[in-house]
Amino acid sequence: MEWETVIGLEVHVQLATASKLFSGSSTRFGAEPNTQANVFDLALPGTLPVLNGKAVEMAVKFGLAVGAEIGHKSVFDRKNYFYPDSPKGYQTSQLEFPTVGKGSLTITLDDGTTKVIGITRAHLEEDAGKSLHEEFPTETGIDLNRAGTPLLEIVSEPELRSAKEAVAYLKKMHSLIVYLGISDGDMSQGSMRCDANVSVRPKGEAKFGTRAEIKNINSFRFVEKAINVEVARQIDILEDGGKVKQETRLYDADKNETRSMRSKEVANDYRYFPEPDLLPIVIDDAFISKIRATLPELPDVKALRFQTQYELSAYDATVLTNEFHTAAFFEEVVAACQDAKLSANWVMGDLQACLNKSELSIQKSPVSSTALAGMISRILDNTISSKIAKTVFVAMVAGEGSADSIIAAKGLKQITDTGAIELIVDAIIAANTKQVEQYRAGEEKVFAFFVGLVMKESRGKANPNQINLILKSKLTAK
Amino acid sequence: MLNQGIADIARALVSGEYSSVEITQAYLDQIALHNGELNAFITVTPEQALAQAAAADQVRASGNAGVFTGVPIAHKDIFCTAGVRTSCGSRMLDNFIAPYNATVVEKLLNAGAVMLGKTNMDEFAMGSSNETSYYGPVKNPWNRTLVPGGSSGGSAAAVSGQLCPAATATDTGGSIRQPASFCGLTGIKPTYGRVSRWGMIAFASSLDQAGTLTRTAEDAAIMLGIMAGFDPKDSTSVDLPVPDYCAQLNKPLHGLRIGIPRQHFAQGLKPEVEIQIRAALHEFEKLGATIKEISLDNSHYSVAAYYVIAPAEASANLSRYDGVRFGYRCAKPVDLEDMYKRSRGEGFGAEVKRRIMIGTYALSAGYYDAYYIKAQKVRRLIKDDFVHAFTEVDVIMGPTSPHTAFPLGAKTKDPVAMYLEDIYTIAVNLAGLPGISIPAGTVNGLPVGLQIVGRDFDEAKLLNIAHMFQQATAWHLLTPGA
Repeated sequence: MEWETVIGLEVHVQLATASKLFSGSSTRFGAEPNTQANVFDLALPGTLPVLNGKAVEMAVKFGLAVGAEIGHKSVFDRKNYFYPDSPKGYQTSQLEFPTVGKGSLTITLDDGTTKVIGITRAHLEEDAGKSLHEEFPTETGIDLNRAGTPLLEIVSEPELRSAKEAVAYLKKMHSLIVYLGISDGDMSQGSMRCDANVSVRPKGEAKFGTRAEIKNINSFRFVEKAINVEVARQIDILEDGGKVKQETRLYDADKNETRSMRSKEVANDYRYFPEPDLLPIVIDDAFISKIRATLPELPDVKALRFQTQYELSAYDATVLTNEFHTAAFFEEVVAACQDAKLSANWVMGDLQACLNKSELSIQKSPVSSTALAGMISRILDNTISSKIAKTVFVAMVAGEGSADSIIAAKGLKQITDTGAIELIVDAIIAANTKQVEQYRAGEEKVFAFFVGLVMKESRGKANPNQINLILKSKLTAK
Repeated sequence: MLNQGIADIARALVSGEYSSVEITQAYLDQIALHNGELNAFITVTPEQALAQAAAADQVRASGNAGVFTGVPIAHKDIFCTAGVRTSCGSRMLDNFIAPYNATVVEKLLNAGAVMLGKTNMDEFAMGSSNETSYYGPVKNPWNRTLVPGGSSGGSAAAVSGQLCPAATATDTGGSIRQPASFCGLTGIKPTYGRVSRWGMIAFASSLDQAGTLTRTAEDAAIMLGIMAGFDPKDSTSVDLPVPDYCAQLNKPLHGLRIGIPRQHFAQGLKPEVEIQIRAALHEFEKLGATIKEISLDNSHYSVAAYYVIAPAEASANLSRYDGVRFGYRCAKPVDLEDMYKRSRGEGFGAEVKRRIMIGTYALSAGYYDAYYIKAQKVRRLIKDDFVHAFTEVDVIMGPTSPHTAFPLGAKTKDPVAMYLEDIYTIAVNLAGLPGISIPAGTVNGLPVGLQIVGRDFDEAKLLNIAHMFQQATAWHLLTPGA
C-alpha cells in the first residue's frame, strides 16, 4: 500500500526581549544558575506577574508577517502541572484567545515549487527552568534563569506531507523570525525548538491517521531524521495490522529512534483557566498600524526585488535572501563592486563553502563584504582571472590581507600584454607540431591541451580570453 | 490609653502626651500580657517595633512627622514583611522569612507606621472563624469561648482586645467584614483593584483585597488613604487617583438613598440581629436618608458560585508550595512524587486541602464548563444585580452576618455551615464592590455589624456614611468587658 505522511509542527521561538515575559529579570543566556531569577521567577508567595509589552509587540510583528489575524483581545491562561522547573506549578500561556490567529507561510521545495502552509495560531507563553541532573549524583538541581523567558508557540496546520517539507517550513520560519528581529534563532541555545505531530494514512484517504507527538527536536537535521524514523515505525505497525497509539514520543538522536514517554508524564489534565492576575491584552488598530510600520522587507519580497534589481535568477535570489544577514552581505558586496552576478556567485559559492566548512555564520565571515568586493573588482578590471581569484580568496580567508596586497605579494597579476602571450603561444605551437596537425585536421578537443600549456607556461596569469583568441587565430593561420 | 485609635494616638503624639516609644511599649506590654490567651499574634517583633518607634520619634522631633508617624499597628500574617516570618497561618510557611515587603506594608512603613507584629489568621485565609490556623484558634475578646470570625480573626481580636490600635486585613469573601462584625470594629474591604495585592499571599486572586480593621471610620479613612493606589507591580490594581477620604468624612447624609435587599432580611437572619439592624437603619433616616427595599435576585447563588471560583483559583495559587524552593519540605523524600505528596500533605491543613480538591475538581476536563464557566456566568449576573440596584439607590445596607459570634468548635465539623457564614458578604467580593462593616448594636452583650456596600471606588462615601453614623451613635465605642 502507498502511504501518505501528515505532519503538523509546533515551533517554540524564544523572543529576543531583554527581560522576561512577566518579570524584570534578564533573559541573557549562560549566566550562573539562578542569578537571573527574582522573587517572581522563584514564585515566592505574594508575587504577581506584569506583562512585558515588548513580547506582545514581537508576537504582533510575527502575526503581521505571516498575514495572520491579530486577536484584538487576547487572554492569558494558567496551565496547571507540577514539575520542579515550573516554579509556580502552572505555566502562564494562552489557550482560547491567542494573540496571533490564522495565517500562512509559503515554503519553497527542492524542485523550486512553492507551497502555502497554514498557521493555525501563535500564542505567548513563558518558558520553564532547567533541571540539572549531572552535577548532583543523588539530587536534582534547579536553575530558574530560563524560567519566564518569553516564547511564541507557532502551531501549523497538518499540511506538511514529508520530512523534507517539514524542514523547508522550519528553515523558512527560522529565516522569518531572524528577519523580524524577534529572536536570535540560535538553535544550539534553544532559541527555536520544535515538536512534530506525525501520522500516516493510506494515499487518497481523507481521514487523518492517529498521530504521535515527537517532542523537542532541536536541529533541522534531527527533525528530518526523527520524522522519517517515526513514519517508518508507524507504517510498520499499520502494515502488520496494528494500531498507532496516540502518545508523546521522544527522539533519541544517538539511536535514531523515537520512544514513548512514560504515560505518567503524558496523562496530564492541565486544568486551564484564565489567569486572574493579568488583564486581557487589548490590541487596537492603531497599535497594529504602529507595528506594521516597523516590519522589515521580508524574504519573499526581497527575493523578488533581487530578481528585478540585480537580474538574478529566481533560484539565486531565493538562496541569497533565505538568511537576512546573507542578503545584507550580498547587497554590501554589490554596492561596492557593482557586479551583481559575480557577487552572487562568490557569496553563494566560495564564501558559503568556506563558512560551511568552518561552521561560521556570515556575520563572523573571515572575509568582509568590503574585502570580497575588492577582490571582485580586480576580476572586473582584469587584474586577475576568475581562476586566480580562487587562490586570492583562499589567501584572504587565511588572513593574508586584502586582495591587492595578496596579488602584489604573490605576483598574481594577470598577463594581458598581447605580445607576451603571443610569444608563449608561438613557442608552444612550434614545440607541438603533432598536436597542431591534429587540431587542423578537425580534432577540436586538442584546443584545451594548448590552453593548458599556455596557462602552465604563464603560471596561470595569462588572461584566458586572450589565450583563446590568440591561440585560435595562430592555430588556424597556416 | 490603650482603647485609642489611630486618630487619637496621632493627636497625642502631636501634643506630646506620650512618645511613639511609650505607646509602642505599652502595646508590647499588653501583647505580652494577653496574647497567650487571645492568640491574636503569630509573631511579635518588639525590637523592630521599638527601633521603628524611636526612629519615628526622631522624625517627629525634626519636624517631619506625618499623620501616621509613630503610630503602632499590626499586619495580618498574609502580608510579606522583609526579614520577618510570613506564615499565612500555615505550617507550609512556618519557616518562611519573606525577603521583601508587600506594597501595603511598604506604604505604611514609609508613612511612619510602627509594626508590632503579625496577626493570626485562618490558614491561607480559608475560614470564617480563625480556627483553621496552624497556630491554633484566636479567641474573641468579647467572650473567649467564642470565635472572632475569620479569616482576619487575629487582626480583629488584636484591635478589639486592645493589643494594637489598628491592623491590616484581607477580604476574599468576608474576611474583614465578618470579624469586624463579631468583634465590634470598623472593617472596610475596598473595591477590587483599589489596594495593591503585591506581597499579599494569594488565596483567590480575582477576589482578594486588602483593607483595614480599626476602631472607627475616621481611622479607616486615615489608614486606607495611605494603603490605596495604583501599583505597577499589580496589573489588577487600578490607576485612579486616591481621594482624600478624611476630607469627606463629615458630609451630611441628607438625601442619601439606602437600598435594603430583601434577600438579606429573609430566612436565616436571627430576629434579634434584625432588630438591631432595623434600628440602625432608622438612625440613618433620622440623619436624612431614605430607605428603599431592593432585590438582589441572584444573591442566593453567591455562596455556590464563590465556592467554585475561589477554590479553583486557590488550587493553582497554592501549587507553588511544593517543597522545592521555600517553605515546608517533608523529611527524607524518596523521590519527586513522594516529596510533593508528603510536603503538601503534611504542610497544608484539612480545610486548605479540601479547597484545593474542590478547585481541582471544578477545573478538571469534563467539569470545567459545568462548574467554573457556570460560576463565572453567575458572577456576572450577581454583578448585574448590583449595577441595576445602584441605578435606584446610592448604597446598600444590611446585616454583615446573620448572627453574632458563635462558640469555638461549633461549626468546624460542618464545612457547609461554615461556608454559609459569609452569605451576605460574598456577593460583594464577586461583584468587586467596596463594603464596610460597622458596629450597629449588640445582642446579649455581643456586637452586631451593619454592612454598607457602595458603587465601584465609592470608598469615600462609605467612610463618610460610617463616620456620620458613628458621630450619632456610640456602638463603636463599646469595648469588651466595658
